[in-house]
Amino acid sequence: MTGSAAAVDRRATAIEHRIATEGLTKVYPGGLRAVDGLDLRVRGGEIFGLLGPNGAGKTTTIGMLTTRVVPTGGVALVDGIDVSADPVAVKRRIGVVPQTNTLDRSLSVRENLLFHCRYFGMSGSQARARADELLGRFRLAERGDAKVETLSGGMAQRLMVARALAHAPAVLFLDEPTTGLDPQSRLALWELLGELHAEGQTILLTTHAMDEADRLCERVAIMDAGRILALGSPSELKRSLEAETIVTMQADGDLEVLAAALGDVPGVTSTDVHDGAVRAFAGRVAGLLPRLVLRAERAGTTVTDVSVTEPTLETVFIALTGKDLRE
Amino acid sequence: MSRRPVEAPRATALAAFAGLLLRDLRVVTNERGRFLLRTLSQPLLLVFVFTYVFPKIGQGFRAPAGDESFTTVLVPGVIAIAVLIKGIQAVALPLVQEFGYTSEIEDRVMAPLPVWAVAVEKIVAGAVQGLIAALLVFPIAAVVPAEPAALQISWPALVVVGLLAPFAASALGLALGTMVEPNQVPLMFSVVILPITFLGATYYPWARLDAIPWLQAVTLLNPLVYMAEGYRMALTPQIGHMPGVAIYAALVAFPVGMGVLGVRGFRQRVLS
Repeated sequence: MTGSAAAVDRRATAIEHRIATEGLTKVYPGGLRAVDGLDLRVRGGEIFGLLGPNGAGKTTTIGMLTTRVVPTGGVALVDGIDVSADPVAVKRRIGVVPQTNTLDRSLSVRENLLFHCRYFGMSGSQARARADELLGRFRLAERGDAKVETLSGGMAQRLMVARALAHAPAVLFLDEPTTGLDPQSRLALWELLGELHAEGQTILLTTHAMDEADRLCERVAIMDAGRILALGSPSELKRSLEAETIVTMQADGDLEVLAAALGDVPGVTSTDVHDGAVRAFAGRVAGLLPRLVLRAERAGTTVTDVSVTEPTLETVFIALTGKDLRE
Repeated sequence: MSRRPVEAPRATALAAFAGLLLRDLRVVTNERGRFLLRTLSQPLLLVFVFTYVFPKIGQGFRAPAGDESFTTVLVPGVIAIAVLIKGIQAVALPLVQEFGYTSEIEDRVMAPLPVWAVAVEKIVAGAVQGLIAALLVFPIAAVVPAEPAALQISWPALVVVGLLAPFAASALGLALGTMVEPNQVPLMFSVVILPITFLGATYYPWARLDAIPWLQAVTLLNPLVYMAEGYRMALTPQIGHMPGVAIYAALVAFPVGMGVLGVRGFRQRVLS
């Protein structure tokens, strides 16, 4: 993007998109291409997920959008402002919940909120009122005077979200927000993010948990090796597999031969061997299962286990990359 | 809660700077007991051993000039040490932690001001604490010694040195804090802090080192020399001190140089 075209484009994206990147690239000294030509548009009020395994470039992407990582190529606009040209103005408009606990350990819970509000220009009385409001809303009022070290993981996470929202940011960033949380706190955070979304808060989060992306996000970008492999709503992405059913079959015998044999069965769109089993991707066809088992036995294999699942974002990821999210 | 419940019209870099400064001073008041202990223990012990115990047991140091007591030589040096150590305690050590295992710095850096300004705030907050440390040492110097210090205060010099010296200590703290990893802190004390404090012209005026010319030359690199000589010029000029021009020049050049180094190091640690 150059010259006046860029300016026009910038105005257009500022109106529609809270986040807009074009060709956003980060090459670290030493040559690691962490993010490679990222094009991303996040609409106002949207809850958007970057899904990918560790090392996919998710955290580097958030780093660039939050002014901490300096892009080596491309453009990134947050709320219409270029992150490279005016990082301070961007910082004024964003709230960030990083991967690690960055609460101020020298201050109490209340003081964490209080001073954050002061950093963002509120007067003493405004800051006190805002801190009390947030303590109430995030169910931390009883712990206001506690030291932050004494908070449980879930409480610390709530305080980090409260702090990130204290100055009413245009965009809330959360980097792997539920990693390391117990299941209950995880559900509570999902609920909270759902509420914020309902209130119109624009949210961008990263995750390597496909159920999280599936449940929370309106749209998901699946990332691997610094690139976006697929982008859409979770249901769109799952539909893109062109399969409504995935039959996973464990059997004794040559699995490659079995995979080829199952591919001939009417209704099956594709097959592969994954994790010591054969998977058949198929439409919703009546009588599919018996036909698959019959075909397997005719191919000279003995079926030991069969399971039927619907596609998940994880199967989408595996179909796109040939590898597991957890790898 | 509406999406933008509180407007923050004064979200300026200046307000953010003031907020960070308020935060650092709140930490001092929250930890005032520990602050006092950290600030006073070394000066108190130095003054107690050298100006109370030594004269009482008949073991002693002589002042280099005339009838002045050793207390008079030592007091400016002790103030300088207190200020220098405060620069390390208030800036370097917290930064090493915040960069290291707490990653708290990530939050401070998200405040709406340029990254360099976050680093400069650290210098200012450290300098304020250094000034407080200097003021706290005066009562010790007045009460503890067996023989009192003969102060001949030059107020203009005291004001200028009193303001510049804490910045030198604090800027050194910033530079060290951005360079040192948590596991290198003990090494930093052995290799940097101890030589600086022992060879900082605190127990003797720098001019007396003319008997050991190489040491006199080498210690010109030591910021504490100019701080101690500065307080000497301001408090006990009768002992003799470096030319004022050299002291003032060094006390301006050193904070600027270390500040530039520290801010650069800070940006490198924070941005990637």
